[in-house]
Amino acid sequence: MATFFGEVVVAPSRAGLDEEEEAREETPEDREIRREIEKKREIDVLWTWQAGGCAQEPLVCSRFIVAIGRNAAAFLSSFILDSVCWEVVGVVKLWNEWCRTSSTTNVLPTDSFCLFYRLISDPTVLLCQCSCYVAEDQQFQWLEKVFGSMQKKGLQVTILSTCPVADYKTQESTLTLVSPFLKALKTKEFQEPVCCPLLEQPNIVRDLPAA
Amino acid sequence: MFIPCDRGGDSAAPDFKGFTLLMPAVSVGNVGQLAIDLVISTLDMTKVGYFYTDCLVPMVGNNPYATAEENSTELSINAEVYSLPSKKLVVLQIRSPFIKNKYRPFCETLLSWVKSSKCARVVLLSSSHAYQRDDEQLLGTPLRYLLTPDLEKAVGGRVKELKWKEMEKVAAYPGISDTDKVLHIPGGGITKLLFTESCSEGIQMAVLLKFCSEGDNIPDAFVLVNYLNEWLQLIKSEVNPSSQWKIPSSWRLLFGNGLPPALF
Repeated sequence: MATFFGEVVVAPSRAGLDEEEEAREETPEDREIRREIEKKREIDVLWTWQAGGCAQEPLVCSRFIVAIGRNAAAFLSSFILDSVCWEVVGVVKLWNEWCRTSSTTNVLPTDSFCLFYRLISDPTVLLCQCSCYVAEDQQFQWLEKVFGSMQKKGLQVTILSTCPVADYKTQESTLTLVSPFLKALKTKEFQEPVCCPLLEQPNIVRDLPAA
Repeated sequence: MFIPCDRGGDSAAPDFKGFTLLMPAVSVGNVGQLAIDLVISTLDMTKVGYFYTDCLVPMVGNNPYATAEENSTELSINAEVYSLPSKKLVVLQIRSPFIKNKYRPFCETLLSWVKSSKCARVVLLSSSHAYQRDDEQLLGTPLRYLLTPDLEKAVGGRVKELKWKEMEKVAAYPGISDTDKVLHIPGGGITKLLFTESCSEGIQMAVLLKFCSEGDNIPDAFVLVNYLNEWLQLIKSEVNPSSQWKIPSSWRLLFGNGLPPALF
């Protein structure tokens, strides 16, 4: 593939993998390094009641609203959250190349954080503000550790997230599209009316919202 | 790993005993995956479950094989299983790349599922970098096959009749003559790993691959699926076979959106 005459650029393959790297057997040092990195990339979900040292009962939850990304997190901060009706009940501590969150619950809007709030008047309503980036190898772990703490019967999950308009695939040009606009994806178990059109093929959602 | 779909009344897990498992490798040009899309779309296969795995990048969207308003709102994720019992065919479609360091765990889990579900054989559709071909491979067909020893015994004869070309082994150390020949599938993703593991575990596996480059790989997908069809006869191939494959609705807009009118 030439970009200008004479220059040949190796196109990155969507296969993604450097086959030789994967095929090579791991030396004990490699294994040790990999384990250390995995440990560093582990996610910790800390609930406020854990500080008291009491046993982990699954959280009874009827509604779980998750805001992923800075825009969605800001939406919740501006329109939903306040210190009167909501209390912080948990935090996710993680590290990756893009961000680090801490176990503090006292955060600034510009920080990277992942906090859980509970509605004081109805403690089965849980809210999560996740403004940090959860890397692809951490997404499954996040999912298992967060949902693992919950009793999931009758649980309704709502995920709020944003994507750039430029990523939206449509017959017309995105230049003429009126934005911002809402699209939704829902499981067949979700029977309530949806407040906006469903996401048309071939658009897809990636990363933590997809997980 | 495999989670069956909730099909309402019929809650028994689907039975794949004796079935052929058809699956893609995430490889150069995504040719295997595109070919699998054609198979699922043309044969109107029913989704019977998915893989719950931490080895693939998560993604979700609405039904990529939608043909009408009614069937366009079923969610679809990164690894799903479709079946067509009348042809004893079960198909796995993989829709996203592997997460680093997760190739081996995925291959191990997959092969153990193949054994526990008693699939008769596995057919892997894949591709390899066209630019890595040697002088001889540049001539003739860009299609190759591989068979594990167990499958060789069963279908080796048929493959000979079809005059297919086996994937050549290359020298382990190019330039030095007299070295061992090894299997090398650049750009093939998990192909080599799955194949070598299947050989050692006595699984009947065939690999069908095409040499190609990144670009518009739709023609490559058609060539590969027709190659597969020569053997498995999934659709009638007397008339022009390419016209019989149904392109899924999700193949729209592969190369970007419409252009803004203001451009002109």
